[in-house]
Amino acid sequence: MMKRINKIRLAVFSLILFCAFGQTVSAQSKYFTKSGSITFDASGLTEDIKAENKKATFVLDAKTGALELAVLLKAFEFERALMQEHFNENYVESDKYPKSTYKGKIADFDNVNLSKDGSYPIKITGNLTIHGETKEVPARGILVVKDGKVSGTASFKILLSDFDIDIPGVVKDKISKTVNINVAVWLDPLP
Amino acid sequence: MARSASVKKTFAFLTIALALTLTFSSSLYAQDSTVSMLDLVKDSAQTDYITNAFKSTRVINGQSIEMLGAGSLDFRILHRFGPVNSGAGQFFGLDQSTVRLSFDYAPYNDLLVGFGRSTVKKELDGFAKYRLLHQSRGDRDMPVSVILVAGVTCWTGPYADPTIANYFSSRLAFYQQVLVGSKISDEFTLQISPTLIHQNLTLFKSDPHDIYALGVGGRIKITNRISFTFDWYHPFNLIRSQVINGSTVLKFDPIAVGFDIETGGHVFQVHLSNSIGMNERAFITETYYNWANGGIQLGFNISRIFQL
Repeated sequence: MMKRINKIRLAVFSLILFCAFGQTVSAQSKYFTKSGSITFDASGLTEDIKAENKKATFVLDAKTGALELAVLLKAFEFERALMQEHFNENYVESDKYPKSTYKGKIADFDNVNLSKDGSYPIKITGNLTIHGETKEVPARGILVVKDGKVSGTASFKILLSDFDIDIPGVVKDKISKTVNINVAVWLDPLP
Repeated sequence: MARSASVKKTFAFLTIALALTLTFSSSLYAQDSTVSMLDLVKDSAQTDYITNAFKSTRVINGQSIEMLGAGSLDFRILHRFGPVNSGAGQFFGLDQSTVRLSFDYAPYNDLLVGFGRSTVKKELDGFAKYRLLHQSRGDRDMPVSVILVAGVTCWTGPYADPTIANYFSSRLAFYQQVLVGSKISDEFTLQISPTLIHQNLTLFKSDPHDIYALGVGGRIKITNRISFTFDWYHPFNLIRSQVINGSTVLKFDPIAVGFDIETGGHVFQVHLSNSIGMNERAFITETYYNWANGGIQLGFNISRIFQL
């Protein structure tokens, strides 16, 4: 009888232990931000076209290196109001395609140790969706761990024509056919 | 012996528990690859303000529910040829032209002020346009935009009879509008605009000083850069037919249809209308041509926006 009670006690104790263990793992298993910064530069020969979005949502799975990024295109801010209007209305058609997403993973995540301070160059593979079109877009970046805080930057280049974004003849000198995109995120552990 | 068996059993139990935990946790991760991780991060409710209800701040003649971004300066050139029914001798109206030049400036997203001058009656006009409500979706759901417009016009030509006592106030007229409109779908925008116009001096004694009118305007988007627009005002208490010096003066509702073509930095509005006046007082109270008998003219508005 005593033994059985002991066994039950042990079982309950171990279950509690596992639960606690499981939870601590999941607490540190994902990092996120809702205020990631995305800037792009599509400056052509005759016009500067730059914008920034400071409301990107980003999640990194610290177990697998999987990552996801989403932005509302309307949250891109331009220096010129008219440019912002044309961006939304004519180019990315943000009423029809409000969100842009990137879903991928850090290919060389084995080299990253998030529990150790350091600066880790990373290669990212994944799919970028803009304007309803999805295309595989690789990126390069750096993950920085400092005092337990994780942050990261990445940049990539896209061709507007890959995403079915048309540039009419009259503005072809103003808008570059390729766009450089930079991402910067400061992450918090996902509770 | 019995004790070691119990230890074994405990280990077996632990192993099963561990296996279960691992299975459970791995199934959790397996889910991650199919379901977006972003679902874990709840989006706080956002308000999405509706933009681009019209290509321009004017439907054609009248104000639209569209505003300008803060810091934008809009240089507008409005041009109307003569009526098509003026015949071949006038090259169907293309020999004549009237113009209004103006600058509109938006100090804030919700405020626009403008100043213009028309060749008709050499008239100056100024207005302020304020967005009271902005159509939006999401956290704050607002089905319509509501915009208030107040303006003043001042004709600067010589007095008709300089021998009598003339007052500067005679040159002035005022107008107030409430624009209520909605971008009903991506392609279709509709607005109505109740309008009050007060003229200090009218052309005829019998003309009312206050004219009440209702405007209806809209646009249908054809492509991202081209849309079809229509703009109609109906003044309710306008005296439509008056006799002066033996000839009859007729007045009509200003009706215009056209296309907005956006070319990057410019919006080009090309249209047909029966009014020559290009401020609210002029086109609502002084439209003398009639669509029914070819009293229409080709016109265009060019809007060029600069960021200050």
